[in-house]
Amino acid sequence: MIEQEFDAIVVGAGMSGNAAAYTMASQGLTVLQLERGEYPGSKNVQGAIMYADMLEQIIPDFRDDAPLERHLVEQRFWVMDDTSHTGMQYRSDDFNEAKPNRYTIIRAQFDKWFSRKVRQAGATVLCETTVTELVRSASGKVIGVRTDRAGGPIYADVVVLAEGVNGLLGTRAGLRKMPKPESVALAVKEMHFLPDEVIEQRFGLQGDEGCVIEAAGTISRSMAGLAFLYTNKESISLGIGCLVSDFAQTMESPYVLLDNFKNHPSIRPLIAGSEVKEYSAHLIPEGGYKAIPQLFGDGWVAVGDAAQLNNAIHREGSNLAMTSGRIAGEAIIEIKGRNQPMIRRNLALYKTMLDKSFVVKDLMKYKDMPALIHTNSRNFFMTYPQLMSQAAQNFMRVDGTPKIEKEKATTAAFIKARSRWGLISDVVRLALAWR
Amino acid sequence: MHIVICIKQVPDSAQIRVHPVTNTIMRQGVPTIINPYDLFALEEALKLRGAHGGEVTVLTMGPPMAEDALRKALTYGADRAVLLTDRCFAGSDTLATSFALSRAIVRIAETFGAPDIVFAGKQTIDGDTAQVGPGIAKRLGLLQFTYVAKIDSIDVDAREITVKRRSEGGTQMLKSRLPCLITMLEGTNEIRRGSLDDAMRAARSQIVKWSAAEAGIEDLNKCGLRGSPTVVKRVFAPTTKAEKATQIDMTDKTQHDLADELIAAIFTRQPALEHELAFDGGQ
Amino acid sequence: MSNANREAPPSAGRAGIKRELPEHFRDYRHVWVFIELERGEVHPVSFELLGEGRKLADKLGIQLAGIVLGPPGEATQHAVAEAFAYGADLVYLVEAPLLADYRNEPFTKAMTDLVNTHKPEILLLGATTLGRDLAGSVATTLLTGLTADCTELDVDVDGSLAATRPTFGGSLLCTIYTLNYRPQMATVRPRVMAMPPRTDKPVGRVIRHKLSMTEEEIITKVLGFNLDRQSAKANLAYADIVVAGGLGLGSAENLQLVKNLARAIGAEYGCSRPLVQKGWMPADRQVGQTGKTIRPKLYIAAGISGAIQHRVGVEGADLIVAINTDPNAPIFEFAHLGIVTDAIRFLPALTEAFTRRLSPHSHDKLAS
Ligand SMILES: Cc1cc2nc3c(=O)[nH]c(=O)nc-3n(C[C@H](O)[C@H](O)[C@H](O)COP(=O)(O)OP(=O)(O)OC[C@H]3O[C@@H](n4cnc5c(N)ncnc54)[C@H](O)[C@@H]3O)c2cc1C
Ligand SMILES: Cc1cc2nc3c(=O)[nH]c(=O)nc-3n(C[C@H](O)[C@H](O)[C@H](O)COP(=O)(O)OP(=O)(O)OC[C@H]3O[C@@H](n4cnc5c(N)ncnc54)[C@H](O)[C@@H]3O)c2cc1C
Ligand SMILES: Nc1ncnc2c1ncn2[C@@H]1O[C@H](COP(=O)(O)O)[C@@H](O)[C@H]1O
Repeated sequence: MIEQEFDAIVVGAGMSGNAAAYTMASQGLTVLQLERGEYPGSKNVQGAIMYADMLEQIIPDFRDDAPLERHLVEQRFWVMDDTSHTGMQYRSDDFNEAKPNRYTIIRAQFDKWFSRKVRQAGATVLCETTVTELVRSASGKVIGVRTDRAGGPIYADVVVLAEGVNGLLGTRAGLRKMPKPESVALAVKEMHFLPDEVIEQRFGLQGDEGCVIEAAGTISRSMAGLAFLYTNKESISLGIGCLVSDFAQTMESPYVLLDNFKNHPSIRPLIAGSEVKEYSAHLIPEGGYKAIPQLFGDGWVAVGDAAQLNNAIHREGSNLAMTSGRIAGEAIIEIKGRNQPMIRRNLALYKTMLDKSFVVKDLMKYKDMPALIHTNSRNFFMTYPQLMSQAAQNFMRVDGTPKIEKEKATTAAFIKARSRWGLISDVVRLALAWR
Repeated sequence: MHIVICIKQVPDSAQIRVHPVTNTIMRQGVPTIINPYDLFALEEALKLRGAHGGEVTVLTMGPPMAEDALRKALTYGADRAVLLTDRCFAGSDTLATSFALSRAIVRIAETFGAPDIVFAGKQTIDGDTAQVGPGIAKRLGLLQFTYVAKIDSIDVDAREITVKRRSEGGTQMLKSRLPCLITMLEGTNEIRRGSLDDAMRAARSQIVKWSAAEAGIEDLNKCGLRGSPTVVKRVFAPTTKAEKATQIDMTDKTQHDLADELIAAIFTRQPALEHELAFDGGQ
Repeated sequence: MSNANREAPPSAGRAGIKRELPEHFRDYRHVWVFIELERGEVHPVSFELLGEGRKLADKLGIQLAGIVLGPPGEATQHAVAEAFAYGADLVYLVEAPLLADYRNEPFTKAMTDLVNTHKPEILLLGATTLGRDLAGSVATTLLTGLTADCTELDVDVDGSLAATRPTFGGSLLCTIYTLNYRPQMATVRPRVMAMPPRTDKPVGRVIRHKLSMTEEEIITKVLGFNLDRQSAKANLAYADIVVAGGLGLGSAENLQLVKNLARAIGAEYGCSRPLVQKGWMPADRQVGQTGKTIRPKLYIAAGISGAIQHRVGVEGADLIVAINTDPNAPIFEFAHLGIVTDAIRFLPALTEAFTRRLSPHSHDKLAS
């Protein structure tokens, strides 16, 4: 029987759970971490970009042995219609710095590495163990968990819910509501394996340099969605995600969208001849600030995707996850240091600290964005991309039409599609939401 | 009773990719697993421990990361794990592998008690040779039972064992003595799910790690490349057939038309078949 | 091979190891094939190996010998005769009551004694349960190299045995040599090599060897033998026609469609591996790298994608017919005839069409 009681139990070994467990264990707390996957990372789907700053704050010398794929030197934003893309591209040799800022990673490997660090820091990590239930005291305080393995329950002063976007445990325990369909995106993703020299050649990369493409437009069939392509060392991760509520409404299939994306004339040559492995689907919380649920209570805190902490506009998730995990860990250490109980009043410290961080500040900044994009998805993801493409083509094609007429035609097309007022209001609202 | 079981960590070959240019294995992103055949043996060992008491020691020879496989075996309920790891083992073929493993088993016997049974998997999914088990048995002078479908009885005091063993046309029933080496047939049982206690113990227990020297292996000429009589001369991809299948045209045809057309095509290509089928088919 | 953390290098590396046969191995000569005799019957893989051994022996200009280990009696004499009929130049025979049933101890002893006395250059065995059990023990006792499950055997310019086998789950092939040791041992699975023609030949030179072992020295006793019930015994490997189903059939019930077709045309039925894993079919029905290798005259695969591990088990078939809904399924890369259609609907139609065509009156109908 398990007699021992832990200072903290962390549910989930994703980015946020690992950050929390590592932070606490390395400060001497007794930590038990439970992960349902076969190994950490086995259930995790990510594009995947990892942000160095946030990891550095947890493990400063991570570059020594973390499995990093490529550091990013180039980012492309593409607005696509069915046959073309209009793009913006930024590439800088400044990103070839001693401590690069962003890396592509493969979550399965990265999470394994992170988990090894967590174990080395002294936490007990059990995989293939699903937490089925939170155990509460008579007063309702969370005091432990039950798992799907024989034996238990296991008790702890505090439970860190780092269970990812579904947040089933927390929802089932009535700690918060199920995320709404309009605040989660469903993303499907594939890994395309190619020899490294082929990748380097196709994207103009050298050594460990990497490139990212983010694309939006008609590929999402007028739903609010984004497609992405990330270069890893010997593979390309690509995928597309749209809001669950949109999928439900349009009855589009994510697989078809992904297929279309892959067969888009701008993408197809980039992945030609690759071997596809690992098809997977996953949810991303995209509700932003307004969708953040209750973050703490008696005996528990929620971090990462489980707390809907995800910046859909910048496609950042893992950094918010790591930071919220770290901050939760630090708050718990602080409360423990003061010898105070892990009750709601004290755990409010986590929220206070989080509010001061970039996590909440960033989400706050874009708080109106999700609603705007959602209600105007047809314009943003179908009409404008088409208009832009027409405009660009009109501009490029030399056919004897006077330039002045070309410009007029373009303007007319925009106005016809969205009306003068519509255009102005879109711009203004976008600017406001961005502010 | 002390049971030693040899397991191997293998790349999940269902997910292996071959580099199109260099024809080498691209290991990136290929997960490793415990050789599935070894799990039948591990479960059998755990069952025997349940029935007769004693301890189960898992043993593997491999790179440091093979520790993951051992830890996993501990979560299933094994009592102890030994990792034999040393650069000098790199490149071992089955002869060198069975040498190193047999020496480690001798060291296990000295340190933790002599095993009554040594288990190995039927074969591995990467090497696929089914030779390491018999090799270990021979080196240790153990009686050997491969392809065992069932262990009927064990009398630990009388040192007797009876097993059913798969042979080509049936099942052999054998009676023999302990200690012995057994390889279990696939499908004989299913690996259990360890309890929370097992999982907790596995997460915390120390894995015994031995270098060649620590395992008492002095003759390095018998290890790794040097100890391997076989040499891999060439690795290459299977040639693809130039000709693809002739597709039977489907347009505007009922399943019946299609069937008739297919049969006609079969008999055109293999006229002899029609004759043979007419004689023995259809009864 | 490929054990421990051996990453097979493409060409250099290991192959660079010096090749110099030690003095005491220089007089090892001739190709030996183990004639697998169990319970009175010779396993056909032995003849397939004699066919292959013949080619090797001819290339090397040496002799081909069959090794027969068995109890005194007719069955053993018959095995000797068959060895000659399938091409052996001579036979080494160990006849002893101890060899009535297969047991590792006396067979290993008999075989290693023979090798040490008569010194073969190459020793081939079938990769059967018996052959693998024996080969592993013999190779370890002799401390020589053994290459398992070969799909191709050849001799290279300097006379070494080049044994080719699949590796890494069949994604690659590798050619393995046993340098500096003798004999060079290899096992080959049933049906991988073609069956050579049988010619009635008089029994040639038989070299007898005694087994220096008594029943008392053998610890393991045979209590009994249960023959497989005929119905459960899938004689897949040697069937002339095989119909197999894969995951594309969708359910265990639909396998009946495969069985129906098989029954209608007198075929054996088989399946891909996932069906065995799901418990829809017994393991002895699995076709492929970890199942049976087959060489039928006609192979019909329904709802099978044709993964490399499946492919290697069926490539020897004379005619492969694939039924698959996916026009890009890999099976069409190596099948001869393809039909892109739903097997669940097509199989009954095919069964019926065959039955119609093969019914006793069908020939009249065709003629008219
Ligand atoms: C396709 C896609 C692309 C993305 N790309 C990026 C990107 O490029 N950059 C970026 O920063 N972010 C990206 N994100 C978002 C990022 O992946 C998430 O924000 C981040 O993984 C959140 O981490 P987490 O620890 O909160 O949750 P997760 O990583 O989801 O981890 C949760 C863990 O908890 C486990 N678990 C769940 N329930 C239980 C239970 N009951 N018991 C035990 N264990 C349980 C799960 O198995 C899982 O391992 C992407 C997401 C997707 C879907
Ligand atoms: C070490 C190792 C050893 C292995 N050994 C073997 C082995 O010995 N034998 C073996 O078979 N496999 C083996 N495998 C597994 C092999 O890799 C494949 O996974 C397996 O062969 C796939 O089986 P399948 O074709 O039935 O299923 P799938 O790959 O799922 O294919 C199903 C096919 O059915 C088609 N289909 C779907 N619906 C229909 C329909 N209604 N009508 C017609 N077609 C339909 C689909 O298009 C698809 O092509 C091994 C794997 C490993 C890693
Ligand atoms: N490196 C190894 N470490 C431990 N056991 C091994 C190793 N290699 C092979 N074995 C054991 O030997 C069995 C047969 O392996 P093989 O001969 O490679 O098919 C496996 O199922 C294992 O039980």
